[in-house]
Amino acid sequence: MARMLHSLPQQRRGPSESGGHRWLWLRDLILGGGFLLLLCALLVLAASRWAAPLTPLVALSLSPLALPLYAGYSLLRMLLAYGLALLFTLLYGHVAATNRQAERVLIPLLDLLQSIPILSFLPAVVLALVVAFPHSNIGLELASILLIFTSQAWNMTFSFYHSVLTLPRDLIDVCRLLRLRPWQRFLKLELAASVIGLVWNSMMSWAGGWFFLMASEQFSLGERSFRLPGLGSYLQLAADRGDAQALALGLLTLVGMIVLLDVCLWRPLVAWVERFKVEEQAETAPPRSLVLDLLRGSPTVRWLWKHLGQPLGEGLAWLLNRLQPQPEDRSACLSAVEQARRDQLLHWTRRGVGVLFLGLLVLLALWIGWQGGLLLMQVPPVTWGRLVLAAGATWLRTLSALAIGTLWTVPVGVAIGLSPRWSRRLQPLVQIVASIPATALFPALLALLVALPGSLSLAAILLMLLGTQWYVLFNVIAGAMAIPRDLLEAAALFGVTGWRRWRTLILPALFPFLVTGLLTASGGAWNASIVSELVQFHGQTLHTFGLGAEIAAAAGAGNYPVLLAGTLLMAAVVVLFNRLVWRRLYQLAERRYRLA
Amino acid sequence: MAQRQTIEANGSVILEAQQVTHLYQGRGEQRRGGHAPVVLEAISLQIRSGELVALLGPSGSGKSTLLRILAGLIRPTQGAVYVHGQPLQGPTPSCAMVFQSFALFPWLTVLQNVELGLEALGLPRLQRLKRALAIIDKIGLDGFEEAYPKELSGGMRQRVGFARALVVEPELLLLDEPFSALDVLTAANLRRELLQLWYQASIPTRAMLLVTHNIDEAVSMADRLLILGADPGHIRAEIRGLPRGRREPHSPAYLQLVDLIYRLMTSPDEDGAALLEEEPALVRRGQRRPSRPYQMLPHVAPADIIGLLELVQARGSRADLAELGRELQLELDELLPLVDAAALLQLARPEAGDLVLTEVGQQLAEADLQKEKQLFRQQALARVALLCRIAEDLAAAPEQRMDKERYLERLREHFSEGEAEAQLQTLIEWGRYAEIFTYQEEAGIFALETDAEREDLAAEAAGGTREQ
Repeated sequence: MARMLHSLPQQRRGPSESGGHRWLWLRDLILGGGFLLLLCALLVLAASRWAAPLTPLVALSLSPLALPLYAGYSLLRMLLAYGLALLFTLLYGHVAATNRQAERVLIPLLDLLQSIPILSFLPAVVLALVVAFPHSNIGLELASILLIFTSQAWNMTFSFYHSVLTLPRDLIDVCRLLRLRPWQRFLKLELAASVIGLVWNSMMSWAGGWFFLMASEQFSLGERSFRLPGLGSYLQLAADRGDAQALALGLLTLVGMIVLLDVCLWRPLVAWVERFKVEEQAETAPPRSLVLDLLRGSPTVRWLWKHLGQPLGEGLAWLLNRLQPQPEDRSACLSAVEQARRDQLLHWTRRGVGVLFLGLLVLLALWIGWQGGLLLMQVPPVTWGRLVLAAGATWLRTLSALAIGTLWTVPVGVAIGLSPRWSRRLQPLVQIVASIPATALFPALLALLVALPGSLSLAAILLMLLGTQWYVLFNVIAGAMAIPRDLLEAAALFGVTGWRRWRTLILPALFPFLVTGLLTASGGAWNASIVSELVQFHGQTLHTFGLGAEIAAAAGAGNYPVLLAGTLLMAAVVVLFNRLVWRRLYQLAERRYRLA
Repeated sequence: MAQRQTIEANGSVILEAQQVTHLYQGRGEQRRGGHAPVVLEAISLQIRSGELVALLGPSGSGKSTLLRILAGLIRPTQGAVYVHGQPLQGPTPSCAMVFQSFALFPWLTVLQNVELGLEALGLPRLQRLKRALAIIDKIGLDGFEEAYPKELSGGMRQRVGFARALVVEPELLLLDEPFSALDVLTAANLRRELLQLWYQASIPTRAMLLVTHNIDEAVSMADRLLILGADPGHIRAEIRGLPRGRREPHSPAYLQLVDLIYRLMTSPDEDGAALLEEEPALVRRGQRRPSRPYQMLPHVAPADIIGLLELVQARGSRADLAELGRELQLELDELLPLVDAAALLQLARPEAGDLVLTEVGQQLAEADLQKEKQLFRQQALARVALLCRIAEDLAAAPEQRMDKERYLERLREHFSEGEAEAQLQTLIEWGRYAEIFTYQEEAGIFALETDAEREDLAAEAAGGTREQ
């Protein structure tokens, strides 16, 4: 944030400034003050709730008046989880990208973590934290935050890792030649180069967080049930009781919050990170944001930056410089021999620490493997058979969801993408619709679908579709927009129309984008299975046959052997499918269909 | 200028490389075992204060690697670099570098980019600002402080690159082809301004090392020239530059020096040595090297080789290389591979700084497309060992198909991973052009395009038209 404000003083907007300077101050005071007041109130309330004695099953009120507070609680959880995910991303991604030995372990591990559904983390996280804080709500809140974290972190980490890995070699050389300290290199090079990808992935992560909000605010574990006050649990309770009005209000609040965040946080960020584009030419129509313009034009922000931000930044830089001194400052008086001896020592110390660390890691892995093996031994062969069949059922569901998604998004996406007028009009709308978490809509849909034959089995497909079709749609739009005008004109000139036009031009050009979208959607669909194949509705539990239902049921019943078996099976299927199908398709797309 | 001259007279050694040898260390190179390709072999050089030294060499001579070793970015496999007699452990504040690609941070303004050089020193903000603004003013960038690199033209961007390097007041300025990404006019302008700053001693830099592909640039700027040879990189000769007052282009001394360098660089080591026998400008001669045991293809397209031949033919089948390069605005790294390829195929031979067409070369230059291809095919099969080998293998293979891996494996024995791939690509391009084989990229297979198949295809096509 400090870096974001750093640029503000330089971007002066003329007209609004000279006129009503005093009004600007007043406006800033009201807006900023109001924002701070709200924030403080929320923090005080949240703190008092956190410190209160442990109440696993909080009583919720379905009154509309309670909604703002619940929404605040949920938002705070999401923010904290996101902060954690960001921290994790920077640390994990940095280590994975800069340490080759660590990379070999960390990246496959991340691949695995990514394919584990959120509910499988539930027992470990909740039990450990509730035991750690037996007398207050902190443990429970932290557990919920960690659950949200698991739905946010992985894609951001991958994005950061890839950005750091593909840094231009010359820029790295410049950093070394200028002898920038590690923190300077991290801030000015690694973070700066990856910030665009990080922002876009953050938006995706938030969508993922909202999707699993209900699952992470209300869950049961064997005998024990837990419910935290929040928007997710409010929606869940409203659905459970069949209170249509509360459900509608809750949904409205959720959508309102998402839109507000989009306007006040993501749009400004997207417009601001424009400067980090490595592109050589200045872009013609860069994204704009009203809020960012407001911040840039604000005298208060400028004043705060100059009198608070800059000195703080200077102080921090001073401190960090002391913490990471240059080599010659450390050893100016050492002779060359002494220096070489020290280097040798440092080298061996590093080596030793590395080996020790690796050893510990191996021990840990062995222990986990042993314990996991013991647990898995308890799963009878019959259950394994059922799990495999269930995986097949869920696999069919994900495939149908992807197929339906592709069938409708390709024509619509191409229509939007090829028409500049429509893409300009529809894109913001599509983005808002896409940001509504499908899980929140699910109870309302269930009410309609429950009467149909094979109700949940079909409804599960619908939910997967609702959750994942947007990735496909966005990619198709992007792909259609990327088709060069020249090729379209050439096709028109040679009379290539109708199906031939699709087969020879549009579909091949779309292929790489489609694969990217489907890859993301496929992972999302598997993850969605755990919330769509087993649901609480009108006070009863509905479920259908599938791996998601097996995992959700096992987590709810505290049946850890089956939970572990189901999770491993799902991870294996997802990873295998990615490797065998998606990655190959992706390579094919890169090789043959990428338009340079 | 007087000031510089006096410094030069008693110039002390700023940087010295002793017997630097470097092996290529790619990702996973050790795992495959075998020997790592040698990039640089036994390089020794000195940079003294007051002089501008140019480093000239064809591609593959490891110029960039050498520069990065001297900057402390890469640790040489053997040998050592000394700065003022102290062994170099890593990047030092006394060296700064300017990059061919500018290497500016796109997210920082001009001012912030320049200030970046001072970040590491831990100076207070105001002092940083003062020094950065001073150098920005000197280098002619004032008014652009708040611009981002993407808003600037190439010449302005490189000025930022210079400002960032100079702001730390380095003793030695390393220039990695700083003008080669700029258009001709901008490059000339920037070169002149740099020399002005340098002659007037208005920058505290005491020596410069310029890596370049451009012989004119080297001759017009350098006090001393180091000529590198390729495979592996080694110093072929060290030549005294022209005195500062006598560097006007087209003056006899200038043209003579340019010609000498062209002749040197287009002749193999043995002939080059003879060439230098009575050369007064010669300072030092590198060791002779035996020629490479394995044939290396220059990475050029057949059509470009033929284009060059036609051009030379139009001038009476003999052309001066220096003139040719200047006229086509081809720098060494573009012209030399073409000359090498023509020589390899025995279509032309370099002779005393000229390029002379052989008989076949003359025929080829005047042939029509089909004849062109046929002559090229004939020369390629006769002169390129691996192409000939593939053709033989294909003729003998039962299905007339060969896997590329087989040849890649052979190439890997002699080249680094990347170079082996590049060699194969060039091989494929030449082979396709000469219609020696067809190549299926995705399957990685060479195949013979048999006459029977062609006839089938033709028949099919004829049938198709008849049906319509």
